[in-house]
Amino acid sequence: MTPPTATGSEATAKKRETLDKVVIRFAGDSGDGMQVTGGHFTNTAAVLGNDLATFPDFPAEIRAPAGSLPGVSGFQIQFAATDIHTPGDRPDVLVAFNPAALKVSLKDMPANSVVIVNTDSFGEVDLKKANCATNPLDDGTLDKYQAYKIPITELTMKALESIKFAEKDRPNKERNKNFFALGILYWLYSRPLDNTMAAIEREFAKKSKPDRPIVQAAQMALKAGFAYAEATELFRSQYSVPAAKYQAGTYRNISGNVALALGLVTASKLANVPLFYGSYPITPASDILHELSNHKNFGVKTFQAEDEIAAVTAAIGASYAGALGITGTSGPGVALKSEAINLAVMTELPLVIVDIQRGGPSTGLPTKTEQADLLQAMFGRNSESPVGILAPATPAECFQYAIEAVRFATKYMCPVFLLSDGYLANGAEPWRIPDPASLPKMEVKFRTEPEGWAPYLRNEVTLSRDWAVPGTPGMEHRIGGIEKSHIYGSVNYDPENHEFMCRVRAAKIQRMAQEIPDVKVHGPEDAQTLVIGWGSTYGATRAAVEDCQRRGIKVARAHLRHLNPFPANLGKVLSKFKKVLVPEMNLGQLLFLLRAKFLVDAKGVNKVQGKPFRVSELIEVIEKECK
Amino acid sequence: MVAPTTPQSPATPKYTKADFQTDQEVRWCPGCGDYAILNAAQQVFAQLGFPKHKMVMVSGIGCSSRFPYYVNTYGFHTIHGRAPAMATGIKLANPELQVWVATGDGDALSIGGNHLIHSLRRNVDIKILLFNNRIYGLTKGQYSPTSELGKMNKSAPYGTVDQPINPITLALASEATFVARSVDVYAKHLMEILKKAAAHKGSAFIEILQNCNIFNDLAFEHFVNREDRNKLNVVLEHGKPLVFGDKRELGVRLNGLNPEVVKIGENGITEKDLIVHDEHNPTLAAILSRLNPPPTQTAMDEAMAKNPASIMPLPIGIFRNDRLPTLEERVDGQIADVKKKKGDGDIKKLLFAGDMWDVK
Repeated sequence: MTPPTATGSEATAKKRETLDKVVIRFAGDSGDGMQVTGGHFTNTAAVLGNDLATFPDFPAEIRAPAGSLPGVSGFQIQFAATDIHTPGDRPDVLVAFNPAALKVSLKDMPANSVVIVNTDSFGEVDLKKANCATNPLDDGTLDKYQAYKIPITELTMKALESIKFAEKDRPNKERNKNFFALGILYWLYSRPLDNTMAAIEREFAKKSKPDRPIVQAAQMALKAGFAYAEATELFRSQYSVPAAKYQAGTYRNISGNVALALGLVTASKLANVPLFYGSYPITPASDILHELSNHKNFGVKTFQAEDEIAAVTAAIGASYAGALGITGTSGPGVALKSEAINLAVMTELPLVIVDIQRGGPSTGLPTKTEQADLLQAMFGRNSESPVGILAPATPAECFQYAIEAVRFATKYMCPVFLLSDGYLANGAEPWRIPDPASLPKMEVKFRTEPEGWAPYLRNEVTLSRDWAVPGTPGMEHRIGGIEKSHIYGSVNYDPENHEFMCRVRAAKIQRMAQEIPDVKVHGPEDAQTLVIGWGSTYGATRAAVEDCQRRGIKVARAHLRHLNPFPANLGKVLSKFKKVLVPEMNLGQLLFLLRAKFLVDAKGVNKVQGKPFRVSELIEVIEKECK
Repeated sequence: MVAPTTPQSPATPKYTKADFQTDQEVRWCPGCGDYAILNAAQQVFAQLGFPKHKMVMVSGIGCSSRFPYYVNTYGFHTIHGRAPAMATGIKLANPELQVWVATGDGDALSIGGNHLIHSLRRNVDIKILLFNNRIYGLTKGQYSPTSELGKMNKSAPYGTVDQPINPITLALASEATFVARSVDVYAKHLMEILKKAAAHKGSAFIEILQNCNIFNDLAFEHFVNREDRNKLNVVLEHGKPLVFGDKRELGVRLNGLNPEVVKIGENGITEKDLIVHDEHNPTLAAILSRLNPPPTQTAMDEAMAKNPASIMPLPIGIFRNDRLPTLEERVDGQIADVKKKKGDGDIKKLLFAGDMWDVK
């Protein structure tokens, strides 16, 4: 075994230190299994009771040119003994599997942080692919870090010598280097192996064959990495990150897309109306289609349509026929669905449009995150087209807001947008699983009594019309995209009727505000600056504002989950502050709405890099603005 | 193969045509072929004995798409081209409904072409009535995907340069399990076809040649006029040879892969030499779909002068009629299978899954 070359390591007596929080990034080629490695580390941290937040960051290409800079796939996790809200600004530890991954990640690494490098992938060709003129392993690049140069591939192959793979499967054997690296980190942070050992068995058992024993290989590599770190006294200390203090309950780790899908299934059960999900595969929304198609035993009908338009139209058809019509997509798909969404506005049928926002415009940055569809959801259709808009703030909240979207859509008989984004969709956090019995029942009624009914007769409280579905005797009627007369719903071109119907459709959406909770302000009474965000900026905003508050800066924060209509008290809240800052991953869309609606001189804090805000970026802005 | 049956039971409601009329004023142009189609459909619906509250008329945009407003069942006038997708959602959500789609050559073959082919290949049990008038009516006279080459019209003053599409060939290529053609003025034949479409389980596609007397008047007159229709139309009947003509003296036989018109009794030709129609043979259906009379009177006159033998009759009737599993049967069957395997969905089990840990 090659002795480890731990620069700066004195290899003194081993200490065991307790840390509050740690940020780790795995970075490698898009085929290196970084997402899998990060996923295992995450699940183990979750089971150990750490609070955590993850940020998977991968290229749009499935297999981008191997070893190239655009092909780098990263997975960052912050795990902690305390309450945290983001995957961390800067990693404490980087595990880099090739020169490209090292080069891309080093700019995020603070001085003296730990950098673990697989030296086996720093050959001449690898360096050339990453456009490195000199070898960063020995040109001084790593001098300011605690660098651990480990021949991970070679060590993995040696550790697996006793396991026979067919010759053509050699690459599969080498691939276990990520489990070896994971083993090193498990030792470093005093993590048990059993959770990952069991997961390997569960996931790979079916693919494992006598001449391709991938379960044994992966498990052995994991153990070998752990043993290597222990035996070689590679690190000065070993660390532990104790469990975070949580509210009592049963927890699981959950990503935004899975939470959202589970929320939809749960909503369908609560409403006692079958779920119909029409979708066309699109990044980063496809996982919802995958997840829902697994739950057919709930009567879920998934329809992979021929295009985005058919997906939403079929969902509207299903709603018309008495199902929960839901369609899921990303920004480009929403653009295609616009005309159909307006049909649901006009015919006043329930429809939930799930938009997992991504970098745009056009194809943009398909795998990266952005929050730039707010105005599309709000205004992106012809004519007067009011819809409800909700936006969860964290991955786990996607569950609750999926239910909320279904509740609003069915109660107010209208389309409701659910705006998530790539960051929430793929990011994960611990979720206290709610007891289904504690979830609010949803009263969804179909009109079956023809007496006294008319297609556009409205409920006085909600202004919604009745849901009268085909198959109900005595209520045969016609609806459609042409303007209809108030109450009776006949085709009607009368000017006054059209204006009345436009106003009533708008008023109906505004009526939702009667059951939207007031927006809460968190901060000192005498704060003069408010930081108000929406959607996935929640974590970074909260962490930044709390950090400033701890240092005595008079700043408060608020977060919007209801974007249309806004909470009823929002205007009043905004008027209390001298300064309003609006951080968004766009060029100022909520800002535009707040300024237009409340005539408030709010100021945007904007970032459109396909990456979430760093806490430090926001702290810097708040400090400057609060001077 | 399951024989098509019309749903009939002692409890079926008795209807008259009036039960399927609405209080809406019909707003098609006077003399439009759509009136004849509406009339035939209302009569057929009354005869089906199928509860009208379980019937849904779906349409897109165009003259034909006003159809649902005039039929007293459930109706949904949707957006341009999307009726087949809408109908698919409706049928999947409630397979007990009988779902009809009224569409036109622009709606179904141009803007909605994608939805048409996919609803057909999925074999979702919807009945699509394609009102083909070879012109855009509602937008006032532009050429459509079925307009013949060279047609002079509003958007092609020097003549259309687009090759037209053949709706029957397209439907067959899309794996539709019921494909038929009729003509607006052939009331009896049209009703017969509509009844068979209603009885079919699976995607049904019916092309109805329909005269637009404002923008494309007499488009089909040269082969559907009373005097000539017998010798220019051949009625497809399952198990019967392709015989036509005033005295049933003409027939269609295959010369290699090419159909040709022959005179029975001439050169020793008998009915045995003719194509015998088999509505369960999609390959034959595809060949028959290529039989078309010249598209215009002028083209007909030219063909008559040059080579009368090249003039093919228009096949009407059912090209294909196969009972295959429908989309909704497959969807519901899969749900039943998964329920059997996994048990009925339980929210508690759904949420409390994966790697969990307890905090006390």
